[in-house]
Amino acid sequence: MPQLVQISRKEARIEVAGEDALIIYLDDFIDNNISKKIALLENRLAEELSDCLVDLIPSYVSLLVIFDPLVSDYYAVKQSIIKHLTFDFTEAITNNNIIELPVYYSPKSGPDLKNIAKTSKLSVDEVIKIHQEKTYQVFAIGFAPGFAFLGEVDARIATPRLATPRAKVPKGSVAIADQQTAIYPEQSPGGWNLIGLCPLPLFEPNAKPHIPYQVGDSVKFIGISKARFLALGGQL
Amino acid sequence: MNNNSNAYFKVINAGILCTFQDLGRFKQGSLGLTTGGPADKAAYLWANRLLNNPANSPVLELSFGGLTLVANTFTTIAITGAKALLTINGQPKENWQSHRIKPDDEINIGFASQGCRIYLAVADGFLVKQQFGSVSTVVREKVGGANGLAISAGQLLAIAKTEKKPLYRLAKKDVPDYNNSLSLKMITGYQHSLFDRYEITKFFANEYQISSQCDRMGYRLTGTSIQSNISKMFSEGICKGAVQIPPDGQPIVLSNDRQTIGGYPKIGSVLSRDLDYLMQCSQGDKVNFEPISIHCAHNILHLAKAKYQQTQLLKVAM
Repeated sequence: MPQLVQISRKEARIEVAGEDALIIYLDDFIDNNISKKIALLENRLAEELSDCLVDLIPSYVSLLVIFDPLVSDYYAVKQSIIKHLTFDFTEAITNNNIIELPVYYSPKSGPDLKNIAKTSKLSVDEVIKIHQEKTYQVFAIGFAPGFAFLGEVDARIATPRLATPRAKVPKGSVAIADQQTAIYPEQSPGGWNLIGLCPLPLFEPNAKPHIPYQVGDSVKFIGISKARFLALGGQL
Repeated sequence: MNNNSNAYFKVINAGILCTFQDLGRFKQGSLGLTTGGPADKAAYLWANRLLNNPANSPVLELSFGGLTLVANTFTTIAITGAKALLTINGQPKENWQSHRIKPDDEINIGFASQGCRIYLAVADGFLVKQQFGSVSTVVREKVGGANGLAISAGQLLAIAKTEKKPLYRLAKKDVPDYNNSLSLKMITGYQHSLFDRYEITKFFANEYQISSQCDRMGYRLTGTSIQSNISKMFSEGICKGAVQIPPDGQPIVLSNDRQTIGGYPKIGSVLSRDLDYLMQCSQGDKVNFEPISIHCAHNILHLAKAKYQQTQLLKVAM
């Protein structure tokens, strides 16, 4: 049975962001469907505004619409957005994509597992189990190419960022920061708590799809052994 | 790089930061890729126009200068942007003008004395492979240009073989003056209405200085601290020019290589034409902000476009 969503103009707000950008806030809070709603609006506006569109950036409760101000203008773009917010915004959510990602959880591949277990008064195995139980929404992609912000993490294992970020977080690191979880697609500096490693490439500039997920998709983590991790191309 | 062309410039000295740029990378925000593109778009456009190139032709953007190239072919180049000494085989030449180049010519661009971004365009553009629809180099993302990196000494930069082109220059009166004290027009937007009125007044009334943290990603300013009552917000899309107010109250103006999303409150966004001038500024330069509406911004952009189209280039007498 397809799920129906309806967004009224009352809930949504449209604000000026810059000379070439408007930002739509669909809600003040995240709920179970917010990412799917935003993805739907993103697809509709990509079509509706194709002649003047420069970029669309979905993130949590908002969608930033960047347009060419020499091709269209503030009024026209705003009218197009309002049309999609007020008229017939009831539509079946057809995106039920759940992307399964393998993770090698261990204190070696996830150096902050023990600390999370200690602060949340759980065993390491319980932390690993709780992280895998949820299906996460892809709320946003940013910070670095292909870096997906997933949520929400079970409150029992939610852990604040490290006081001092690491200079080098290994590529493929699965991490937690507060009620968010993510995977670092490339080695980079970072302050999230590391709990495991994913062996799959998550940003491929020369292959399609470039990233395995988009805003509106769901992600589930599947624990794998060290042997399986290495067999899938993972590196320790 | 296009291997079919054996026309190139050899890089003898790449200077501080030299990257390939075109108009930028668009419609890739959903992958988390930023736009890149020329820090000073106006100077970039003039460089290509002096050669009658399409507007999106790849050019070299130099931050602060210090570039030496040797050509192996006949071609034409044009230099715009910051004031810096251009020499060809040791002979001083005019900026904001196109120049003929012959094999073995050495092109040297000194360090900028006014402004900091210099554009070197070549007839028909540099031959660079596009990534995600653009050649623009974003070093932070390792995307674009030559393997996502800045240009380094020893590289061969492939160019097209072209016919002899007429030479043009931009009249002195039309050349931008890169001032080190700027007034930036800012479109009020994003969380503007959530800031306290007193804080907004402080923001517009005070002068800010450019800190040492200024690059293609953004310019961090120092001056009167601005407080927001916005304690927690979700990360959201950031447009070019957005002015973030982080918890320390010191504004950050975000530019070409900004991250696509962020969770700090924003008080508005700088007009693109003024952002061009800001990106020519360096540490210690001074700026202040002036509020404008989006309608006013659109008027300015349309007038500027009309002026750009009506401005005639002058033929250089041979």
